[in-house]
Amino acid sequence: MKFARDTWLIFQRQFLLLVRQPVWLFVGIFQPVMYLLLFAPLLKPALQASSNAEAYRIFVPGLLVLLAIFGGLFQGFGLIAELRAGVIERSRVTPVSRLALLLGRSLRDVVSLIAQAIIITLLALAFGLTVFIGDLLLAYLLLALIALMTSALSYGIALVVKSEDALAPLMNTIAQPVLLLSGILLPLSFAPGWLQGIADWNPFSWAVDGARALFAGDLGNDAVWQGLSVMAVITTLAVTWAAREFARSVR
Amino acid sequence: MIETKGLRKSFRSRQGRSKKAVDAVRGVDLVVAQGEIFGFLGPNGAGKTTTLRMLATLIEPDGGEANLAGADLRTNPGEVRRRIGYVAQGGSTWDESTAREELVLHARMYGIGKAEARQRAERALEAFQLTEYADRKCKTYSGGQRRRVDIALGIIHDPKIVFLDEPTTGLDPQSRAHMWDEIRRLRAEGMTVFITTHYLDEADALCDRIAIMDHGEIVAEGTPAELKREISGDVVLVTVEGSAQDAAKVLETEPYVTRLETSDESGLRLYVNDGARDMPQILRALDTAGFALSSIELHRPSLDDVFLTKTGRSLRES
Repeated sequence: MKFARDTWLIFQRQFLLLVRQPVWLFVGIFQPVMYLLLFAPLLKPALQASSNAEAYRIFVPGLLVLLAIFGGLFQGFGLIAELRAGVIERSRVTPVSRLALLLGRSLRDVVSLIAQAIIITLLALAFGLTVFIGDLLLAYLLLALIALMTSALSYGIALVVKSEDALAPLMNTIAQPVLLLSGILLPLSFAPGWLQGIADWNPFSWAVDGARALFAGDLGNDAVWQGLSVMAVITTLAVTWAAREFARSVR
Repeated sequence: MIETKGLRKSFRSRQGRSKKAVDAVRGVDLVVAQGEIFGFLGPNGAGKTTTLRMLATLIEPDGGEANLAGADLRTNPGEVRRRIGYVAQGGSTWDESTAREELVLHARMYGIGKAEARQRAERALEAFQLTEYADRKCKTYSGGQRRRVDIALGIIHDPKIVFLDEPTTGLDPQSRAHMWDEIRRLRAEGMTVFITTHYLDEADALCDRIAIMDHGEIVAEGTPAELKREISGDVVLVTVEGSAQDAAKVLETEPYVTRLETSDESGLRLYVNDGARDMPQILRALDTAGFALSSIELHRPSLDDVFLTKTGRSLRES
């Protein structure tokens, strides 16, 4: 009860501050829209898709996973600013739940990601994408798990390194191979065997496969439950670790 | 109200390739009574902030015990958090929030309900004369205003003890005097105030009792007056019209004069225990013997003299 209340308290505060800076919405929408407009048209011929709708069905879920990963990974920067302002230390002298300090922030990131995802989905629908609502909601759940994991990881790492100068290259180094090995931009079915073998070890490639199956309306596909389970397990680990960093001494 | 025993903390620091343990705090024993302003005086790096952060549950001590307002630091840090307030040196407000928002949020983090939190915020804003700026973003505040918000945040939950880490560093003289008044007001409300400072005049003017810290240890403790008395007593400088030698003969026999020097033709240095009490007697003795005074001055030893005696160097230099 206290934990839920504390989480809600932190979430409200973070959400209010986010809404007060509407720039994020513009930036958060602008980039994916550019992908949709400038990159997606290449896909139909490249993927030898029969229609735009089919190309979008492959590309849009990948794009959304990409947004969830990147959106989450760079949240740590805000936390470093809060550390510097003394806001985190001020919170840590109160009896507020440490897990709530993390979760309130990460849930804010999840909500803003889902808002972004909805806008992009609507745009893609206008371009000819078709998807069942139930499948779509399940895909959003998958995205929410990814965003929760990456933002928790980012906050945890931010608390360890405590400096933007260290966080930026670190996050880029994590994000790049994750991106390349997830088949986000192009499906890995085009990849040579050895590359597919490596990609199997990238948890996000499981997530991308799951999201694609859902957008294709293939709810019974093993990729769906596998993707969701892999993400759920890693998210739990990430949240547990990051909450412990919040509880530990921060200098 | 606060009692510590053998509180210790060391940090690992890297020096080139080798890691080295630095003892930041090496066994602090303290007793702070309820309703006093207790000052921690010492140069930067003496271990004041580390001690404070341990007492505020922000870092775990390597050893030792502490009891704060009846709650044990090691076994019940959650209860300690409820009973204390802590105001960090570097501030604690977020640029994009308003003072009112910060106060309400902070109160609610202590588990206080929404309506009650709003009332408390309102009262705190009034008490710290912030009502006028309450709904402006913190980034627009002056240093003094921001500091007042920090302190209001630290006491929003009516703690028994409040820790203020260098509350006046970086403030102009007027804001500083204002801050002293605020701190005295907290004491008047029955709060126990624990401050750190490296300003001698602040420790002297504001604190009921002080502990002088150097290299992670407490080297002296007492009221400012006690500490200074311990050093050498007071010095009374007297200039007479006429011969200092003759005046010296009169005063030599006075019982309260511990030592006497003639500084020049007409000047005398008298070492006494308590200048304020002994000065009238000096005047009377000289008057009876028929000496006219051209000046009399009382010199009290400063806390810097105390620091110098205890550590072998001046606080101003370190």
